Amino acid sequence: MAGTVRQGLSAAWPICLGYFPIGLSLGVLAQKGGLAPWQMAAMSILVFAGGSQFIAVAMLGVAASPVAIVSTVFMVNLRHLLMSSALSVHFPGVSRRFLALFAYGLTDESFAVNLTRFSQGGWHRYSALTLNHAANTTWIVSTVAGVYLGQLVPPGAAGVDYALTGMFICLLVFQLRGPIFTITALIAAACSLMAYLWLPGNAYVIVASCCAATAGLVLKRTLLKREVPA
Amino acid sequence: MNSREFLLLMAAMGAVTYLPRMLPLVALSGRKLPSWFAEWLELIPAAILSALIAPTLFAHADPRVLTFGKIELLAALPTLFCAVKTRSLAGTVVVGMLCYWGLGLVK
Repeated sequence: MAGTVRQGLSAAWPICLGYFPIGLSLGVLAQKGGLAPWQMAAMSILVFAGGSQFIAVAMLGVAASPVAIVSTVFMVNLRHLLMSSALSVHFPGVSRRFLALFAYGLTDESFAVNLTRFSQGGWHRYSALTLNHAANTTWIVSTVAGVYLGQLVPPGAAGVDYALTGMFICLLVFQLRGPIFTITALIAAACSLMAYLWLPGNAYVIVASCCAATAGLVLKRTLLKREVPA
Repeated sequence: MNSREFLLLMAAMGAVTYLPRMLPLVALSGRKLPSWFAEWLELIPAAILSALIAPTLFAHADPRVLTFGKIELLAALPTLFCAVKTRSLAGTVVVGMLCYWGLGLVK
């Protein structure tokens, strides 16, 4: 048991190292947006999702409606359906209670590390759970620390306003795993700009991503059909 | 927004974050999603991220108009380069912030 926990911790450090500056910048942004330390802590504990929390902080800052915020967060996290499905094959006969607890810590990063380790073999589920919670603890501590530090940081200092955009650009690059992903992203950007100009509020995110994913899927299927001789 | 409304919003955000993480793991284990749906979902993250970034880079907020001269767009080029070359999230965020900050000072 102690050994599996140690294994989990030693595999978690790159994630923790990566989360810390991002958590700090999120905390700083949240402080600028008027969030109190306890509100940041509540958000990091209840939500624990980097991208979604950045979006939520930005949307809270422009007084977006709760429905718009929740539906955007939902859309952003749809990708976890796939990750959760992919991980499920590594938990045969494991209790639902364990899975319910494990699922709380499923992020892009913990998914990537845990799936790799499970595939290599010899990765205990308690190591995986430890990794998730080490990442989670780092996230909560760094976001709340950011709120306190935010009071010391003048507006615009060291380009912290760009942390959100920088993170999304990098996560987008991680997603571009082939031509069809790049084409979908380009369609999404074009749809997003059109929807941004013509539709009110934050509807552009949902409208553009659904249109682009559908267009990408249709394109992929038509191209594939052409490649296969009838 | 008061504390109660804030906590309710966080709980709702938490629920829509947790359910997609938990439901397949608990319910779908061993089963497969319809292939078209799995492929559609696979494209969703790239689409969402791109849709989120585009207006930041190519549009002013108030009033909403297209533009190609924002610092955000200029800073995006080295940021994108760094993301492709290093594939490091933390490194890319730092490079992006420094470029944005530096360009803001120059302008």
